[in-house]
Amino acid sequence: MNAEPASAELREVGGPSALGGGRSRFFELLWLMSVTEFKKTFFGTALGYLWSLVRPLMLFAVLLAVFTQIFKVGSQVPHYPVLLLFNIVLFGLFQEGTGGSVSSVLAQEGIVRKTQFPRLVIPLAVVLTSFFTFSLNMVVVFAFMLGFGVTPMWTWLLFPLILLPLLAFVCALAMLLSALNVRFRDVAIIWTVIALALNYATPIIYPMKIVPEGFLKQVLLANPLTPIFQQARVWMIDPGAYSPFTIANSPWPLIVAVLIYVAVCVLGVWVFNREAPRIAEQL
Amino acid sequence: MSPVAIEVSGVEKTFRIPTHRVDSLKERLTTFNQQDFRELRALRDVSFEVERGEFFGIVGRNGSGKSTLLKILASIYAADGGRVRMAGRLAPFIELGVGFNPELTARENVELNGVMMGLARRDARSRLGAVLEFAELEEFVDLKIKNYSSGMLVRLAFSVMIQSDAEILLIDEVLAVGDASFQQKCADVFYEIRESDRTVVFVTHDMTAVEQYCHRAMLLHDGELKAVGDPGEVARSYLRLNFEQAPASSDADMGGMADITLADVWLEDGDGGRITNVEKDAHVRFGATLEAQRAVEGPSFGFIFANEDGVEVTGFGLGLPKDMPDRLEAGQRVHLSGEIENRLAPGRYVVKCWVHREHNYANLVLRSPHVLDFVVFGGEAAGVVSLDHVVTATVEGP
Repeated sequence: MNAEPASAELREVGGPSALGGGRSRFFELLWLMSVTEFKKTFFGTALGYLWSLVRPLMLFAVLLAVFTQIFKVGSQVPHYPVLLLFNIVLFGLFQEGTGGSVSSVLAQEGIVRKTQFPRLVIPLAVVLTSFFTFSLNMVVVFAFMLGFGVTPMWTWLLFPLILLPLLAFVCALAMLLSALNVRFRDVAIIWTVIALALNYATPIIYPMKIVPEGFLKQVLLANPLTPIFQQARVWMIDPGAYSPFTIANSPWPLIVAVLIYVAVCVLGVWVFNREAPRIAEQL
Repeated sequence: MSPVAIEVSGVEKTFRIPTHRVDSLKERLTTFNQQDFRELRALRDVSFEVERGEFFGIVGRNGSGKSTLLKILASIYAADGGRVRMAGRLAPFIELGVGFNPELTARENVELNGVMMGLARRDARSRLGAVLEFAELEEFVDLKIKNYSSGMLVRLAFSVMIQSDAEILLIDEVLAVGDASFQQKCADVFYEIRESDRTVVFVTHDMTAVEQYCHRAMLLHDGELKAVGDPGEVARSYLRLNFEQAPASSDADMGGMADITLADVWLEDGDGGRITNVEKDAHVRFGATLEAQRAVEGPSFGFIFANEDGVEVTGFGLGLPKDMPDRLEAGQRVHLSGEIENRLAPGRYVVKCWVHREHNYANLVLRSPHVLDFVVFGGEAAGVVSLDHVVTATVEGP
């Protein structure tokens, strides 16, 4: 009687969870969902991918005009136009990844309520989709960089060291926000405001160098995105720019930034795991 | 005895329904008092086992906890207490077509659905042919499914589910749509699965289907397991439950069980097979069996057909045959049968039943607002019935 198939063994059903349903299924679903979504923007409209490039380029053109012609911030910064475009595209990854995932779980209500679906796939697929768009945008950015006379450097190889912490941060926020938004429907609205604030609290249109010493500068440095963007500038565009450590003078603001970063990551994972089993009931 | 495929022991589920739902952060931060909850016990200590290869039916009225139970089995809801164990791979859907993306083609959707079922992408793709063949949709493989008709969509969804190689299937009311030939195909597949090694948990309101397909069935009522076993037996308990409750809400005071009860009611096609879906304009036969619990003088029986909007479209009433005493003795049964001209417009219909004594409308013995439902499919019609018409056009003038 030991000829029973392996599947005859009774196994406890764990109920819904963030990862439920096996690892390979998780990654297959994640990949397929984000590719599908990406294809939709790519082939869905007549201009397809161009649309997702037009937005950062338009923003770039406007900001470039304002900050080189009116405010003259740009004139003191080497490679200002390229830096601006690079920053916009990099922040675009953050903004799309977090902003898109906030309401993602709500939007996929049908799937969540009627299938056993690893819940974590939903926000992460949004992040992955925005990463695809970002990668394509980066091709354009690199073309601009070379066109504007940025000499290729070996530090370009360190770009993944910028991207990995940024992506991890985006994923953690995506988990946190999408889970909270199921319970509190105004999280999406609040987040648009916070994201806008972060846009200005990160050295995107201005260099850290011109920020006056004092409390404001400490706050900006405590923003976890600031050291990431500053280091990206050093490695990718302007090796002469100050590293985050030089700018900070004291290590404290950076320690705060790291603490915030870690706190958000832990909180994101914890909240999502806690909420995942109950998401279907709250929709 | 086959090995157990699903073991449910002592499962509990309670929903906390806030009397005032707080769903914004703003409200949460500005509301200081403790929230009030109403507790709804959807499942109370439910335990049962399903053997491998069984076709197992779950029946119950709306709100009896059937769907909650299915969602717990499918790992969509978490149980509050108790334990669920399963042997074998489960198809993680409880409804057809879930996870279909309307913007994608059938080809892409079949792949996506296959992956949801836990297949590798390559395997999901290789199944495409079989799925489309069964659904008879080969020529529409590259059409976005938002352009599919609802019938095509159901065919595709059903096919995806059937062609998956999951060992345990959870099915929640599926056979309501599709044309006659596809329905026949579904029925064939159900019979095939019934005889195979696959385990099916089948939730439905349709007692005919329960008796047709299920090896065993269980009845849920208010979250409690009321009966489990022979499907015919369970179906009868379900009908009894439905009919018993009806008089309580009517103005006639029956005091417990009605003097006459409805034992069975059904529709059948020309060949005598019971049906729940009727093709438009096809003739149907109607049958019902009533049983007198106590002697009743001058009984008359009526059935009314109402459509989805609650409009009573048609109905009929009759009494006992003229050539016998106008009185039913306790234990006597009355069989009603005959043909019904089917002029009903496509849609869902509910059959209501009433019984009077002494041929007097005031003396209600039984009134059941819902003894049977069925779907009329095919064709289109304006209004609630389609009448024969001989109308021609003539032209006059210069």
